[in-house]
Amino acid sequence: MPDAAWGLRFWLRFSLAGAALLVLVPLLNRGVAPDSPFALPDYLVPLFGKYLCYAILALSLDLIWGYAGILSLGHGAFFALGGYCMGMYLMRQIGTRGVYGNPVLPDFMVFLNWKELPWFWWGFDHFAWAAAMVLLVPGVFAFVFGWLAFRSRVTGVYLSIITQAMTYALWLAFFRNDMGFGGNNGLTDFKDILGWDVHLPSTRIGLYLASALGLGLAYLVCRYITRSKLGRVLMALRDAESRVRFLGYSTTNAKLLVFTVSAVLAGLAGALYVPQVGIINPSEFSTGNSIEIAIWVSVGGRGTLVGAIVGAVLVNLAKTWLTGAFPELWLFVLGGLFVLTTLAFPQGIVGLFRRLPRRRAREAAAPPVAAEEQA
Amino acid sequence: MSDALLYLNGVTVSFDGFKALNDLSLIVEDGELRTIIGPNGAGKTTMMDVVTGKTRPDSGEVFFRGTADLTRLDETAIANLGIGRKFQRPTVFENLGVFENLELALAGSRSTWHSLFARLDSAGRDRIAATLERIGLAERARLPAGALSHGQKQWLEIGMLLIHDRSLLLLDEPVAGMTDRETEETAALILDLARDRTIVVVEHDMAFVRSLGAKVTVLHEGAVLAEGSVEQVQNHPRVIDVYLGR
Repeated sequence: MPDAAWGLRFWLRFSLAGAALLVLVPLLNRGVAPDSPFALPDYLVPLFGKYLCYAILALSLDLIWGYAGILSLGHGAFFALGGYCMGMYLMRQIGTRGVYGNPVLPDFMVFLNWKELPWFWWGFDHFAWAAAMVLLVPGVFAFVFGWLAFRSRVTGVYLSIITQAMTYALWLAFFRNDMGFGGNNGLTDFKDILGWDVHLPSTRIGLYLASALGLGLAYLVCRYITRSKLGRVLMALRDAESRVRFLGYSTTNAKLLVFTVSAVLAGLAGALYVPQVGIINPSEFSTGNSIEIAIWVSVGGRGTLVGAIVGAVLVNLAKTWLTGAFPELWLFVLGGLFVLTTLAFPQGIVGLFRRLPRRRAREAAAPPVAAEEQA
Repeated sequence: MSDALLYLNGVTVSFDGFKALNDLSLIVEDGELRTIIGPNGAGKTTMMDVVTGKTRPDSGEVFFRGTADLTRLDETAIANLGIGRKFQRPTVFENLGVFENLELALAGSRSTWHSLFARLDSAGRDRIAATLERIGLAERARLPAGALSHGQKQWLEIGMLLIHDRSLLLLDEPVAGMTDRETEETAALILDLARDRTIVVVEHDMAFVRSLGAKVTVLHEGAVLAEGSVEQVQNHPRVIDVYLGR
């Protein structure tokens, strides 16, 4: 039964979806004449790349919220930490091209009259170091935070509240110039990534492709975990945690592992996001950002991996359009969406589509119906 | 200390001044089948909470096999010593299938890391199939456990204890909400199980207690009131006074 999760049918669908993501955008952007109605203008490429990063972020939240029942309202913090690590690398790549032309110190440090690079900026001129930190910083942070929270059996709404407090605290901290991360302005004015100019259309296509690959990888990781025995332990503890303990499983360890993996994925999303939007600043830590992620997941369909991706992309498409067309309406729409999904279709968009074939199956009256949920 | 399987001595638990257990001492020998009765609030469930690590006693000692100090271990560690528990309200994992419920309960490594890479082998599959037969749920293996009737959930939960190879089972009101027929079948199942493990049953249903025919401990206000065979206990004047008489 668990083997069906990795059958031919799955790989076929996965490859098709992956190929569509990898081929469509570059093709419409580069392969079609610019005056064709199908042409994708250059400025839209990083926008799509951004959606894919949000989709990774949504997956990471769905992994712990949808499957383990842990509603983290601080996942924006892990995303931002990953983003800052990437931003630090991009800052170091500026070199002497900054306003002050200092080969080592980023502009904001020169401006603050700092004489030398703080120790925590060491190594960020190397991509490999930065890439490792992108995963390690959110991971270690989540591990320590999770260890303290889960060991003390903080659950439910209390955990949601302390994760909000965590991201709020980081928000305040990163605002301070003394922190050494550019304060209010954050890190921006990037030039190159791995030697390629971040503003070039070809680099943007490359970043888009990296995001698509990142999404595919994140999806496979999440699918592996949720379809493993650990995935069933998580779903069991979501419904009856103390019962799982009496079966001899350490729910603390299970939650800690999945919380850490989730934070690492969120950090990866942030790192892919920053070079595409060209800036990382403390607003990424804002409490509202983290709540928005939960809305994407619930709109798409909590507890289904595809749902998280669909929700992130659709809600952000709507956001892009509405904040342009009717900027004052957006927050009402967002709030309305959340209320509507919770009340009217708690299984989200994906659940809405799944109900149809399942009902048909029930009418065909062939019990027992397999309770296997697809992801 | 003794070489009893389960040894409680002078255990006291109080909640806001109310003594749920009041200097309770209880010994369960290896291989024994024991029923525990008592009116509501006598401390039966609290006693199970103490043994399984859910509640820490304010004072007193609790030992398993004479060496493991249960007052210092958490639920997970105690479960891994071989103490299983069935709750009063059936708690199965409603969103998982009947088969998956048994898979999680199947004896084997409980480490998180192991769970991430575990594969169900054919021996495990066979054990699950055999257990499904034994608890009469083979036809319903693919159903979500939430779709089972109340009695079936109780049986599934017993099945989960069965498949886990515990040396001590604590059953909290295993026949609550069962029909007479289901109650009889459960009694037969428990007697069958009791042949190769120690079982402590907490129950209200006197007919069921009689059908088990085991040594009975009567709890009252957090302490042992009487102990003996069903007949001895039923004729005990104080027991009649506080419990059976009413």
